Amino acid sequence: MLHIVACIKQVPDTKIIKMNPKTNTMDRASAPAILNPYDAHAVEEAVRLKKKYGGIVSVLTMGPPPAVKAIKKCIELGADEGYMISDRAFAGADTLATSYALTKALEKIAKQRPIDLIICGKMTIDGDTGQVGPGIARRLNIPPLTGVNKVVEVNKEKGYAIVHRKLEDGYEVVKSQLPCLFTVEKDINDISFAPLPNMIKAARYQPTIWTADDLENVDRKQLGLKGSPTIVSKVWAPPKPEGGKILTGTKEQQVSELLSIVLEKKELFS
Amino acid sequence: MNFDDYRGIWIYIEVKDGHVAPVSLELLGAGRALADKRKTELAGVLIGSGVKTIAPTLFQYGADVVYVYDDPIFEHYRTEPYMRALLDCCHKHKPEVILYGATPSGKDLASAIATDLPTGLTADTTILDIEEDTGLLLASRPAFGGNIMATILCKKYRPQMATVRPKVMKALPPDPSRTGKIVEEHIELREEEMRTKVLEIVREATKKARIDEADIIVAGGKGMGSKEGFQLIHQLAEVLGGAVGASRDVVEAGWIDHHHQVGQTGVTVTPKIYFAIGISGAIQHVVGMQNSDLIIAINKDPNAPIFQSCHYGIVGDAFEIVPLLIERFKEEIPKLKAAADVKEEIRHA
Repeated sequence: MLHIVACIKQVPDTKIIKMNPKTNTMDRASAPAILNPYDAHAVEEAVRLKKKYGGIVSVLTMGPPPAVKAIKKCIELGADEGYMISDRAFAGADTLATSYALTKALEKIAKQRPIDLIICGKMTIDGDTGQVGPGIARRLNIPPLTGVNKVVEVNKEKGYAIVHRKLEDGYEVVKSQLPCLFTVEKDINDISFAPLPNMIKAARYQPTIWTADDLENVDRKQLGLKGSPTIVSKVWAPPKPEGGKILTGTKEQQVSELLSIVLEKKELFS
Repeated sequence: MNFDDYRGIWIYIEVKDGHVAPVSLELLGAGRALADKRKTELAGVLIGSGVKTIAPTLFQYGADVVYVYDDPIFEHYRTEPYMRALLDCCHKHKPEVILYGATPSGKDLASAIATDLPTGLTADTTILDIEEDTGLLLASRPAFGGNIMATILCKKYRPQMATVRPKVMKALPPDPSRTGKIVEEHIELREEEMRTKVLEIVREATKKARIDEADIIVAGGKGMGSKEGFQLIHQLAEVLGGAVGASRDVVEAGWIDHHHQVGQTGVTVTPKIYFAIGISGAIQHVVGMQNSDLIIAINKDPNAPIFQSCHYGIVGDAFEIVPLLIERFKEEIPKLKAAADVKEEIRHA
């Protein structure tokens, strides 16, 4: 029986979020909170591996109470158990403090049921860093396999996994000891439609919620804002470029003018 | 932690198939400016198998010192041995700043190092500066999906670290007369203790030009309406001999594979000509193409932000304009080719 834990995050949909132009902060109310798209693929892969090899899929998140909704979404996708750590002490965490808190929660989960495999999304769409997954692996001292776009085999008895890691111009086939941690690309799978029983289970589901005090051997100095070496010193709206020349005239004239501009770079075409 | 013990700007040198990755040369250029401002050394950290011979190239591109870890165990990038080597180097020589390319292996390594040291790490930096007196690194990057820019500092820890987007910084022209100091380092690692093994590397020879290397990119957005409508983008790219790019919307809609995505969460490109067709021009897209030599926008909405970020724009329906363009390019490009062939013949005559 494999025990796979997917680490997930609820994020504002940055694609449609509006910024407050005066304060340069996000108007969170302007965007719906969603399950980070990469994390949906992490959960999907965990569920597929469970179906193939047998086992249990847990999901873990850190966030404010409304993030329960993201866990429910994972239950719909087929996860069995949900854990959430939620506490003001975690607020303002950068990637280092986030991987610390999540690691403490993973250690607690592992005490109840040893973990064979951790799967994270490649990155979140609000932080855009991809640093938390490898950070967790480092803290747990297990191999990180980043950019996984195919899982070839997970063999718990023999204690190894074989995956494809995406490279800039192809992929590499890597064999790793278990336990290990994957961060997954979007092309690893297509998200399945949630079957009705999962939807019903998700609607009623309440995850296990822990505060900082519920975790063991926690050094509070490493949590949240206090535990974050990086600080945002200023934010600004990106400079507005001056804008280009809009071509005028009839369509044919515009196309002709554009043609001569492009063909001026004749070395590209001869 | 005594900050005075930490000196020098370091670049993690990425090597692929015996060559320095372009991003590492770009970072030597950016790092040179930081080191000069701070009046300190610029060093490259070179880890690999049979890589010592690369060191002179790094001097030509601006390095003063190159730390070399040359051992068969480093044949392929793997987190564990590379991390051990770089940590060893950090503990021995204590840099003030380490920069990595924001590539798959650069990000992987930087994350592990930051956690182990520990220190702060800024991801996907696009603007770098340093305070002359304090050595504080000012690492700026697009944040929240590219909706704003943010400057990130790491005041209480050393070294300060950042991954930097490829194709944003500029490499210096190589100076063959420049030399520097090679420091050979060694760390005891045994293959049987390594927990991962690279079994095979598969290079996918894609038929289509890779977009990060293409001279011409024709990129399409949601304005192409559908996967079928998006075929026009492919057709124009084919006529021009260019590669196809796409906005995030299009990739998420499944019209094209995400290898083609240009922008903050996709690839950064700097082609000679970039066509943005039916792309609104959200900042998250623009940060990935704004350094292109010539940007041409076609969009039916005259208020689309893309017109702020282009050199030339046509306000019009892509389904009317693009077919006209395809037709005209089909006529004109062969003429250019023929003219070039004639010149070639005259030269040989």
